[in-house]
Amino acid sequence: MEDEEEGEPNLHVFKASSSGKDNNNNNNGGQASVQGVKAQAWDPRTMLCNLSFMEQKIHELQGLVHLILGRNGQLQDEQQQLITADLTSIIIQLISTAGSLLPSVNMLSTTAPGSALFPFPREANNLASQTLNNGGASQELEDDAEEGENLPPGSYEIKQLEKEEILAPHTNFCTICGKGFKRDANLRMHMRGHGDQYKTPAALAKPPTKETLPGSDAPMLIKRYSCPFPGCKRNKDHKRFQPLKTILCVKNHYKRTHCDKSFTCSRCHTKKFSVIADLKTHEKHCGQNKWLCSCGTTFSRKDKLFGHIALFQGHTPAIPLEDTKPSAAASSQRGSSGCGNSNNNAAMVSFSLGSAANANQETSQPCVMDGKTSFEESFSPLSFDICNFGGFPRSIFDDSFQMLISSACGCSPINGGVGSVSDTSL
Amino acid sequence: MKKAKQIQHMISKPFDLLSEELVFIILDLVAQNPSDLKSFSLTCKWFYQVEARHRRSLKPLRAEYLPRILTRYRNTADLDLSFCPRVTDYALSVVGCLSGPTLRSVDLSRSFSFSAAGLLRLAVKCVSLVEIDLSNATEMRDAAAAVVAEAKSLERLKLGRCKKLTDMGIGCIAVGCRKLKRVSLKWCVGVGDLGVGLLAVKCKDIRSLDLSYLPITGKCLHDVLKLQHLEELLLQGCFGVDDDSLKSLTHHCNSLKNLDASSCQNLTQRGLTSLLSGAGCLERLDLAHSSSVISLDFASSLNKVSSALQSIRLDGCAVTCDGLKAIGTLCISLREVSLSKCVTVTDEGLSCLVMKLKDLRKLDITCCRKLTGVSITQVASSCPLLVSLKMESCSLVSRDAFWLIGHKCRLLEELDFTDNEIDDEGLKSISSCRSLSSLKLGICLNITDRGLSYIGMGCSNLRELDLYRSVGITDVGISSIAQGCCHLETINISYCKDITDKSLVSLSKCSMLQTFESRGCPHITCQGLAAIAVRCKRLSKLDLKKCPFINDSGLLTLAHFSQGLKQISVSETGVTDVGLVSLANIGCLQNIAAVNTRGLSPSGVAAALVGCGGLRKVKLHASLRSLLPSSLINHMEARGCSFLWKDYNNHNNSNTLQAELDPKYWKV
Repeated sequence: MEDEEEGEPNLHVFKASSSGKDNNNNNNGGQASVQGVKAQAWDPRTMLCNLSFMEQKIHELQGLVHLILGRNGQLQDEQQQLITADLTSIIIQLISTAGSLLPSVNMLSTTAPGSALFPFPREANNLASQTLNNGGASQELEDDAEEGENLPPGSYEIKQLEKEEILAPHTNFCTICGKGFKRDANLRMHMRGHGDQYKTPAALAKPPTKETLPGSDAPMLIKRYSCPFPGCKRNKDHKRFQPLKTILCVKNHYKRTHCDKSFTCSRCHTKKFSVIADLKTHEKHCGQNKWLCSCGTTFSRKDKLFGHIALFQGHTPAIPLEDTKPSAAASSQRGSSGCGNSNNNAAMVSFSLGSAANANQETSQPCVMDGKTSFEESFSPLSFDICNFGGFPRSIFDDSFQMLISSACGCSPINGGVGSVSDTSL
Repeated sequence: MKKAKQIQHMISKPFDLLSEELVFIILDLVAQNPSDLKSFSLTCKWFYQVEARHRRSLKPLRAEYLPRILTRYRNTADLDLSFCPRVTDYALSVVGCLSGPTLRSVDLSRSFSFSAAGLLRLAVKCVSLVEIDLSNATEMRDAAAAVVAEAKSLERLKLGRCKKLTDMGIGCIAVGCRKLKRVSLKWCVGVGDLGVGLLAVKCKDIRSLDLSYLPITGKCLHDVLKLQHLEELLLQGCFGVDDDSLKSLTHHCNSLKNLDASSCQNLTQRGLTSLLSGAGCLERLDLAHSSSVISLDFASSLNKVSSALQSIRLDGCAVTCDGLKAIGTLCISLREVSLSKCVTVTDEGLSCLVMKLKDLRKLDITCCRKLTGVSITQVASSCPLLVSLKMESCSLVSRDAFWLIGHKCRLLEELDFTDNEIDDEGLKSISSCRSLSSLKLGICLNITDRGLSYIGMGCSNLRELDLYRSVGITDVGISSIAQGCCHLETINISYCKDITDKSLVSLSKCSMLQTFESRGCPHITCQGLAAIAVRCKRLSKLDLKKCPFINDSGLLTLAHFSQGLKQISVSETGVTDVGLVSLANIGCLQNIAAVNTRGLSPSGVAAALVGCGGLRKVKLHASLRSLLPSSLINHMEARGCSFLWKDYNNHNNSNTLQAELDPKYWKV
C-alpha cells in the first residue's frame, strides 16, 4: 500500500545526512523521529522499519530491471544512473542499519553526521589510523597489558605464513634426497653424507642472516608476523591487530587457537592440548590442583581461585573434605584414595548438598538428586565418579535427625525429618 | 433484658473492647519491666495469648525449653541463645521449624555443640534471617561457613574468634550472602587477604567491617576501601598492615566515619597518611598503642581528616608536647580525646591540646601521672561542655582543681576520680552537676560522709557509685546516697570497713539496684543481705567475698527472693553446703565463686553444681578438683560450664583480713 502512496523513490533521502532520513521516515508514516543512525540505543522497531524500507527499495529496483529486460536489454544512461543510485542508497541504508547495533558507531554518527557513510572507520586496513587512534590503543592495553609491545605502525615489516607452512613438520629439506628437517643445523649435518664438498667449514657454518650481512647500512625493519586465520586478532586485517614476534610464536599461536586439541593428558584424561609442550607442562602439575571452584575448575594456587571467583557471578569456593583430615584433603582427591573412606565422602556430600540450597529437604528424593548432580558436576574432573554418593545425604540428614528426635522426645519417628517435631514434641 | 445481659457481658470482659493494636501499645509500656510482663501474662488465658503474640524477642535460659517456648511465642523475631551454652543441631532444627518464617536474628555467640547440619537447617528454614552471631565458635570450619552462606538475606554477621575458618569459608559467605552490611571477623586468624578481598569485591553493601587481629596486609585494603558505603573499618592489631603495602593506596572513601588502627605495630606515619588520604569525612580515629611517637610530624598526617574529626584515641602512645599542640590546633571540632595511659603527657601538652577545643565532651586521662592541677584547671576553664572526665590515678592533681571542675563543667555525667586527692569540698562542688550518672571515688581517702551527703542531695540521677576502699565512708554517707539517688543501679562498697547492715537496709530503698559489691566488709550480716534481697528485685550481681558473717540463712533468702541473680561470689564466707545448694533455686545463675569457703564439702559442691542448670563459670579451690568425681566435671563441662581452679592458700583468718582492710595494703 505504502508503495503507491510514496510514488517515485526519493533518491536524495539517503544522501548521508541524517536530517534527510528523518524526512523519509516521516514519509513512511511518521514512525517517530528517533530513527536510523540517530537512535542512541538499538531499537528493534526502527530496525524493522529500516528493513521493510530496504525491501521496498529492492522491489522497486527489481521492477525497473524487469522493465529494462522487457525493452530488449537496452540500457540507457539515465536508467543506468538510476539503478546505480538506488543500489548505493540501499547499501548505505544497510550499513547504517547494521551500524546502529554498535554503540561506538552510534556515538560517532551522532557527533559527526557525515560518518554515517562509513560507519567502520577503524576497520580500515590502514594501520596508521588504527594505532594513532588513542581509544584503540588504550583498549588494547586493557585487554592484554602483559604483551606490552606497542610498536608504531610502519616501524616493522609484516610477514604472513600460510597455514600449510605453519603446520608443516619440517621446514628445511635436503636438495638431494628430499628429506625434511626441523632445524637448519640438522640439515647441514645431514648434508655431510652427500659428499665432501658439504664438509667444509664454510658449508657447515651458520648461513649469515640479513642483519649480519655487511653492507646493509640502512636500519633493518623489525620483522613481525601475522596469523593467516581471517578474523583472528593476530591477523593483520584485524582492527586491533597485535603482531606475533617470531615464527615459533606463530606456530604455537596457530596450533593453540585454530587447531584441534589432539593431545590428551594421560593422568586426568580431561585436559586437551594442541601443543605437545603444553601437555608436558600440564602433566608435570596435573593432580596438584587442590583449590576447587564450584564450577569444577581446579587451580594450583589459591589466589588464582579467588581471582576466578571474583570474576564470575555465582561461583563459590568448593570446600574440600577438610573437616576430618585437612592435610589429607589433597591426596584423597586424587581419585584412587577418595573411594576408601566413606565417612569423608559423606561429609563432603553434605557440603555440596548445602550449596544446592533446597528449602524443602524433607521431601528427600528430589533434593538428594540435586545434591548428587551438583556434586558430580563439581568433582568429576577428579575422577570421583567411581563412588556412588546417591545415598549419603539422606542418611546424614533425615536419619540422624530422626534418631535425635526420637531419643529426645521418646517418640517413634513418624514421617522422618524435622517436619514432625512440632507434632511429636508439643 | 438482652441488652442488659450484653452490657454485663462486656463488663465481664472489658478487654474485648480494645483492639489488639491498643493492647500491644499497652504491652510495649509494660515490657519495660520483665516481671510486670510475666504478671500480665499470668492474669488470664486471654492475656496469656495476647502476650505470646506480642513478644518478638526471646532470651531463653535453657535450650531444652526451646520447643515449648517457640510454640508459645509464634512471632519470635529475635532469639538470643547466649544463656544456653549447649545448643545442639536438634535445637537449631527446632528453631528453624517453629519460628523459621518470622526469625530475623539469632545469637549463638555463647553456644556450642552445634554443627554444620544444624546451621543448615537454620539457614534454609529461616528465609528472612538478617542477623546471626556465631562468635566464639572456635571449632567451626569452612564447611559450616559454606552452610551459613545459604542464608541469602543475611545482613549482619559476626564470626569473632572462629579460628578455624579460612579464606575458603569466607569466600563461600562472600558469594552467598550478597546483602551483608556489617561483618565482624575479629580474631579469625585463618582468614587472610584473599578472603577479605573477595568479601569486599562481592558484598558491595558493607557498612562496617571488623578485621581486628587478622593476618592481613595492606593488599586487601585496596579492595576494602573501594566499598562505596563503608562507614566503619576496624584494623586493631593487624600486624601485617605496614607502610609499604599501603603505599600505592588511592581511594576516595568519603563514607568512612570510623577507623580503628590501634595496636597496628607496623603502621607508622607514612602508612597512616596514605590510609587517611581519601577518608576526608572521618569522624573517629583510634590510634591506641601505636608504635610511633605522636610528634609534630605525626600530627601533620591528620591534615586530610582534621576538619571532620570528632574523636581521637591515643591510649598508650608516646605523645610529645608539640604533637598534642598540633592536634589541638588542627582538629578544632574534636569532641572526644582519650590519652589513657600516655605516661609522657605533661601539663603543657594537655593545656595546649584543650585550649581551643571548646566542644570537647569526653576526656580520658587515666594514669597520666605527670599531670597536676595546672592542666586540670585549663581543662575546666576551656571545655565547659565536658560530659565525661576520667582521671584515675592522677594523684598530683591538687584539691582546688576538683572544685573548679564542679564549678565550670555543669554538664558532667561521668566522672572517674579513682585514686585521687579529691576531698569533701570537691564533692560539694561536683554535686552541682545535676545530670551526673556515674561517679567513681575508689581509693579516695580524703572523702567522708559529709562529701557523700552533698552528692546524695544534688545528684538525683546517679546510677553508678564506686566507693572501693574509700575508708572514710560510714553508714551515714551511704544512707544519704540511698535517700537521694533512687535510680542507683550499681554500688561498690568493697573494703569500706565501717559499713554495717544499716547501709544495706537503707540501700534496699533503691529498687533499681542490679550490682552490689561489698567485698571485705566485716560487719555485714545476713539481715542486711535479706533486706536487699527482698526489696531489690533486679539484683543480678552480688559480691560477698570476705564477709565472714554471711552464712546460709542469707543465701536462703537470696535463693527465694532474687530470681534474677546471675553472678555471686561467696568465697571466704561462712556459707556451707545448705546455702550453696539452695542457690540452685535461681534459674538464671551463671557464675559462682566459692573459694576457701570452709563449710563446703565436696558432695555439697557437687550437688549445687548439678542443681544449677545454667552455670557457665565456677571458681573453686584447686583441692576440690581431685575431690570431685571426674565424671561430674566432665558432665559440667559438656553442659557448657568452665572451671577455674584457684590455688592460693587459705587466708581465711582475721589477721589477713585486717591487713587487707588497710587502705594501702593493695599497693604493697
